[in-house]
Formats: sequence, C-alpha cells, structure tokens
Amino acid sequence: MDHLQVTTESRPVRTLLILSALAVLSLFLLLPLFAVFTEALRRGWEVFFASLTDDMAWSAIKLTLIAAGVSVPLNTLFGLAAAWLVTKYRFKGRALLISLIDLPFAVSPVIAGLVWVMIFGAKGWLPPARLAELLAPLASLAGKAASNDSFGGLFEGIAAWLADPRIVFATPGIIIATVFVTFPFVARELIPLMETQGSDQEEAAVTLGAGGWRIFLRVTLPNIKWGLLYGVLLCNARAMGEFGAVSVVSGHIRGHTNTLPLHIEVLYNEYQFSAAFACATLLALLALVTLGLKSLVERLSGQSAKGKH
Amino acid sequence: MSISIQSISKTFGSYKALEDVSLEVPNGSLTALLGPSGSGKTTLLRIVAGLEFADDGPGNILFHGENVSGVPAGRRGVGFVFQHYALFRHMTVAQNIAFGLTVLPLSKRPSRTEIRERVHELLGLVRLDGLDKRRPHELSGGQRQRVALARALAIRPRVLLLDEPFGALDAKVRKDLRRWLRVFHDQIGLTTLFVTHDQEEALELADQVVVMRNARIEQVGDPQTVYDHPRSSFVYEFLGNVNKLIESEGIHRYIRPQEIEILFVAEFNPDTDKLGQIQHLFSAGPVATLSVRLTDGQFLEVEMSRKQLDELALDTGDEVTVRVKPEELP
Repeated sequence: MDHLQVTTESRPVRTLLILSALAVLSLFLLLPLFAVFTEALRRGWEVFFASLTDDMAWSAIKLTLIAAGVSVPLNTLFGLAAAWLVTKYRFKGRALLISLIDLPFAVSPVIAGLVWVMIFGAKGWLPPARLAELLAPLASLAGKAASNDSFGGLFEGIAAWLADPRIVFATPGIIIATVFVTFPFVARELIPLMETQGSDQEEAAVTLGAGGWRIFLRVTLPNIKWGLLYGVLLCNARAMGEFGAVSVVSGHIRGHTNTLPLHIEVLYNEYQFSAAFACATLLALLALVTLGLKSLVERLSGQSAKGKH
Repeated sequence: MSISIQSISKTFGSYKALEDVSLEVPNGSLTALLGPSGSGKTTLLRIVAGLEFADDGPGNILFHGENVSGVPAGRRGVGFVFQHYALFRHMTVAQNIAFGLTVLPLSKRPSRTEIRERVHELLGLVRLDGLDKRRPHELSGGQRQRVALARALAIRPRVLLLDEPFGALDAKVRKDLRRWLRVFHDQIGLTTLFVTHDQEEALELADQVVVMRNARIEQVGDPQTVYDHPRSSFVYEFLGNVNKLIESEGIHRYIRPQEIEILFVAEFNPDTDKLGQIQHLFSAGPVATLSVRLTDGQFLEVEMSRKQLDELALDTGDEVTVRVKPEELP
C-alpha cells in the first residue's frame, strides 16, 4: 500500500531544499567550529598546550569557573523561587514581575555592565571609599573573627576586602555582571513548564497532609527536574561565555580580572592567534558538551513525558 | 461525620462565586452539588476542603459540630478527588496511595509493613489488585480515578469530596463507575459530597441533591422531590428535558416529555387536549422521542416507549391529539 504523501513538492525540489539547508548549516555552524580547531593546532600540540597552561590563561579559566560557580547556583535558586511564586500564586504585579525577570534578556550586555560601573565605579553612587564606610562595622567583625578563629585565613581575606571593597574592575564586579546577565535562564525555562502542569498535584498533596517543603521536594521537583536541568545548562553556558557585560566591568587586568572570553580577545588583539584559538577551543568544547547534555536531557525528559496526565 | 455549611460567601476580585450559602450534609449521606458551570459548586467544595477560604464574615464550616473554618486543608481530614485525578505521575500506584501516610509526622506514621498492608487493602477495595507497580500513565481513565479515590481514602478521612468525579471519562465507563461508586459508598458509609453538572448523574447517585445557580443554592432535596416538585423554573429546566408552553402573556407551563400522551385525532377533547402534527420521530433505542408542532405553532417534545409507538403506528406528518396524562395533572 502507498503511504499518504503530505508534501506536494517533487523529489528534486525537496533534495534542493535539503541541500541548501545543509549548506547554510555548514557555512554558519560547522565551518567556524572547524576553523577554531585548525587555527588552534596550526603551530602544533606543544603550542596548544602551552597556551592553555600559561599563567594568564589559567587565571582566566579560574575566574570564569568562579563567576559561573557563583552565578549558576544563585540563579538556579532564584529561578526556582520566581517560577514557583509566579505559577502557583496570583497576585497584583505578577505580570510586571514576569517582565522584570526578562529584563536582562532585553537590555544590551554593554548596558548591563555599565550600570554597575555607574553604581560602584570610582565616580559612581557608591565608590569604594563610601562603601568602605558603610561596611566598616562588618570589617571590624571580620577582623576579630580573623584573629581568633581556625578559619583565620578566610576571614582575613574577607576583612581585607571589606577594608577596601572594590567591585568594579575586580572579581565581585565580574560575578555581579554574570549573575545579572544569566538571571532569567532558569526562571524562563521553568515558568511555562510549571504553568502547564498547574497546581493540581500540589493541591492533592496539601489535602493529604504534606507540608510546603515536602510538597516541593516530593511532588514539584520531580515534575520539573528535566526543565530545571535544561535551564541550568543554558545558564552555565552563558555564564562561562559572557563577554559584553563582563568586558565593561573587568578593566582587562591580566591575571586578575580577565575571564576566558576576555583573555581570548586580548590574545587575539596581540596577534597571538594560535594561543587565542587554543583558548577558544575550550569554549567551543563547552558548547559541544552543553549541546550533548542538552539533547540527552531532552531524550530523557521525552521518555518521562509519556508519563504525563 | 456531618458537614454543616453556614452562610459562606466567596468573592474573587469583583466576581461573586458564592453568596451566603448554607447547607447541611447529613452523616453518611451521598450529596450531589449540581449546577451549570459558574454556579459556584466547585468553589463550595474547595472551601469545604480548605483549598480555598471563604470571605471574612459570619460564615463557618463545621464537621460534626467542630468548627474547621480556620483549619488548614492538611489537618481537616478530608479525602479530595480531583477532576483530572492529579495523581503524582512520577510515582507508582502504590506510592501514590501511600503518599498521605508517608508524610505523616514520625510519631503518627505507620511502619513500612503497615503502610504496605494498608495500600493492598485499599487496592482491593477499589478493585485494582496487582496494579501497585504501575505508573499513572499506564492506567485507563477509570483506573486512575479509582487510584485517586484509594489515595484519598488512605488517610482515613472524615469526609470524602469529589470534584466532577466522572467528568473526564467516556460514557460507558462513566455509567459503570457511577453504579460502582454508589455501592462502594453504601459499603464504607463515609459522608460524601460530590460536584457534577450532569443532572442524570446527580439524580441516579445521590441521597440528597443540591441544585446551585449563580452563587446560590436553588433547591435542596432528595432526587425524587427535586425532580417532581422543582421549586423554580430553573430547577425544572435543569433537571431534565421539559416543554415550556406559553399559555398566555407571561404565563408558562412546564410539562415533561413523558407526561404527555399521544392519541388519534378522533379522540380529541377540546377541553383538555390540543391538536398537532408530528414533525420528527427519533426512535433509536427503547424510548422514542416525537417532536409535535401544535396548531398555535409551538413545539412539544413527547416521549413514549417503542412498543407504544409501534402500536399507534405513527409516522412523520401524522395529525395527532396530545393530552397531559391525567395522573400528571396538578
């Protein structure tokens, strides 16, 4: 028996369409990826590894990991709380809150960086000197803790920072900018998901006597785990790859405030192409791993989606 | 455990969902909240459950004399079955049923063995033996419904509340499950309140029918009473097919299709009868429905058994006499 034909295009037309799609795909996606790896290895593996183990590169990698390590958990917690609030409750200003969550997507990353410079920069509203005054009580507390605690080293660092609280052109600024830019990812992923799931299961759990935490852990979380994981992945990819906002607050102090993307730019501007591309391969690998995990999550969540209703 | 609903009002923004509603649900009864959508019946059920709270005011909810108005849902001891079951889809049937027991505070929580025994006892009660390892998506609608019921019963609730319990099922399953629920209710004797928009369901299943309309209760009574003696035209029309005849300016008369008999034209008596012509005949099934156009242009729906129809040998276009059966006259 013949299969029903839904498309009306003839075979050559279809082949042509498929080929042109493949051509566009290769030109815009595969070719750049290929270029990154060939450029990185143009001067051999030795140069490649040397560029990655270089002190400056290593500090950029560490800073990138710190920025992502702080902003991803923070925004995961925030995203969960925001999605829970927005989907399980109806209140005044709910629509406004949903738009506010999207704000970091809407503004240019450069603006997202500049606002922090305007607030915490030397000529901003809260310059380091003013901030130090405000934080003085905390600083003295930390100082005391540093003198008589076994975690002295940690408190010493905190006290030192509180005495001269630099945010812009320092690690805190980079973390703040990254948090701001990656703010919406988890919430955006969860809100539509939790909206369609409704509150029926939570209400059932309420009538069965479960408390808030238990409902969250045993009913809500298992239902949104794949969406959550997906949001965390995208959030992480952006946190590690962010350039614009971080570039504005960083000040490009080599070995101190350069993240991996910024380090790559510096290398490139200094004509160290192989080193630049070698570092770029790390970001490209991050992208590939993210993609792989993303499709894995989609497959697994597809399997569990059969269990809907 | 009787339920006493005392002057409950509920507004959502400017929308009045319930207006000063009072109702007594007798201990051990099966009571139906019947009404069209938007009549407030589901809101009332949710307030009884504690999933929604009534407006501030004199209103109270009492379970067997105990005021539970301020008691949160989880401590009211209600079994609630949701319209779309709301089963936990990542848990097995057994885990679903056990949920209410596993979230009890440690001091009150039964042991694992006791929970397992209770789950099996409940599975037997709702006739789902052997399905404990299944997940909700592997069950039919009727099976899911019974899992939801077992889950609600696991906590040994004081009252059972069902929101449109058969709403999402197909006609055949619906009828079977309905009969089963009636038998089941008599067996466990738990005070049960259920919401429905299906009058047939309410009349067949309930001991007490509460007809609701526009945030208020229109009539309360046993099925026979509300059907035979509707207190308003709304109840009359809502509780089954009815002919609404205009007798004169502003005066209506309600006649149920089965309260009319069809006679030959020769038997016409101008004092009691009307003349008409058969416009349509629907005779599939044991009951035949005739649509008769009266001489004044009004239409009348008449029901009779197939046997009667065959005896009269009626056909579309025939002229007939219609008469209200003498025993139905006031």
